[in-house]
Amino acid sequence: MSTGLRIADITVRLGSQTILSDIALTAAPGTVTGLIGPNGAGKSTLMRAMLGLTPLASGTVTFDDTDLLAMTRRSRAQFTAFVEQSGATDARLTAREVVMLGRIPFQSVWQATPAPADGAQVDAALAEVAMAPFVDRLYHTLSGGEQQRIQIARALAQQPRLLILDEPTNHLDVHAQLTTLDLLQRRAQAGATVLLALHDLNLAAAFCDSLVVLHHGRQVAFGTPEQVLTPALLRQVYEVDATLLRHPGSGRPLIAYDLPA
Amino acid sequence: MNRPTLATLGMSLLALLLASMVLAVTFGPADIAPMEVWQTIAHHLGLVAESPVNRLRDAIIWELRLPRVLTAAAVGAGLALCGAVMQALTRNPLADPYLLGLSSGASLGAVAFLLLGASLLMPLGAFLGAGAAMASTLLVTQALGGATPTRAILAGISISALAAAATSFLIFWSATGDSYREILSWLMGSLSGVVWSEALLVLAALAVAGLPILLSGRALDAFAFGDTAAATLGVEVASLRWWLLGGTALLTGVLVSIGGAIGFVGLIIPHVVRLMTGSRHRLLLPVAMLLGASFMVWTDTAARSLFAPRELPVGIITALLGAPIFLAVLLRYRRIT
Repeated sequence: MSTGLRIADITVRLGSQTILSDIALTAAPGTVTGLIGPNGAGKSTLMRAMLGLTPLASGTVTFDDTDLLAMTRRSRAQFTAFVEQSGATDARLTAREVVMLGRIPFQSVWQATPAPADGAQVDAALAEVAMAPFVDRLYHTLSGGEQQRIQIARALAQQPRLLILDEPTNHLDVHAQLTTLDLLQRRAQAGATVLLALHDLNLAAAFCDSLVVLHHGRQVAFGTPEQVLTPALLRQVYEVDATLLRHPGSGRPLIAYDLPA
Repeated sequence: MNRPTLATLGMSLLALLLASMVLAVTFGPADIAPMEVWQTIAHHLGLVAESPVNRLRDAIIWELRLPRVLTAAAVGAGLALCGAVMQALTRNPLADPYLLGLSSGASLGAVAFLLLGASLLMPLGAFLGAGAAMASTLLVTQALGGATPTRAILAGISISALAAAATSFLIFWSATGDSYREILSWLMGSLSGVVWSEALLVLAALAVAGLPILLSGRALDAFAFGDTAAATLGVEVASLRWWLLGGTALLTGVLVSIGGAIGFVGLIIPHVVRLMTGSRHRLLLPVAMLLGASFMVWTDTAARSLFAPRELPVGIITALLGAPIFLAVLLRYRRIT
């Protein structure tokens, strides 16, 4: 029985400065969890801490009741994938070769070429992000949105049960934002635990099952979008006034910002 | 995009290398036919009891030219490998043992050990010098505000200038007449007078440092999108970087202690190979080694033949060919510097 991601009392310090304190949250398999908060709130640091990229001053991170930070990077990479905000490279790699990077955690040092199973995973991932026609294009010649989809496909090729993404909708047009989030939501419905940082609160409300709000390195709210997104919280965290509506179709919260007078 | 496989490209480059080496042995004042080269090799490896090649020609082939051609091939392979690895690890298209100051550091270490009377330990001195220069370059790059290609090159230039000045001072202070001239020619990069023991040392270093580096090719691919991406693909970034940079310093040290500071091979070859193979290191690294070996065999043959009987330091030829390519790469990447 998969219990998903459990974060208990994480504190991260950089020198004498406390970057994150006492973060505690859970993310169940099959759900999408949104990490929101203004710039500098600690979203990226929290994601890096979960991935073992930033040392913790205290706290634990477990996935399916296993200590995520105690295992080797390689075994963690066999079920955890991360998509960074920017995926830039000077390397001359085709789109397919970039997605194939996602198979590195599964390949032996002695293996000269990828196994057929690797190829199958890569093709499936490329099809899932609708980038199959672009496989032979050089990655650096693709548009920002196409590169983002290739990075997501690379993460999917890692067969992740835990998928973490930092601002996956950045630099995407509206259509691409919606298809990307829809794709991630379907991955969650297929059993993955998806956690992503988002700037756009309406997208967060529309696609996430639960939201974590960070503010100055502290967790100020954790719950469903309905519970979390209140005029008071938006005032406190984002210093904006807003009216909360409901989407006529989905019934999800919809934020209408009140413009400064 | 159709990419060649390691099998086809590797086999053709291996054939090119073998043919180049045999042909290179035939070049020189004494006229030697390719067949004689094969006969001499077969004889010395004990494959045939009697060689039809007379003793003098046998000695020219076996004692004079073969060790040199083998050394040239190994030095070329090693420099190309070092360049490709440094470019991947530092995500810097301009990284190369020469440009980042490793070669100058190695020269300083080698000259210091030589003048201290420990000429047998020259490779060790060169390794220490290369390691110290690499560490300094990386530290200066950090102090300049983090790794960008331009900062790394500037750091490399300053470390290189410092090491070169120290080397020149050491030579000025203690060397005399003949040894002065000899050291100068070696400093510019020269394989003149290489003997079997040196050839075997370079080959051994290539095997010891090269094999683990070749096997880490896939981990190097993971660096294409930076350290974080590599770490989340399961690569132990810090330890791999130290091992690979250490291996590169070791290899550079040995190469420089034998051949001097031969520049630009580590820069040119990987860039040319990437155009053929792309950036996947399991393919790029072995192909770069094979092409680097052939390249060095021919440039060294040119170095000893063009102005025969005088020897042109081979470093001059590689710099003449390499500097324009360096500029081309610089122009191509100007947006990211």
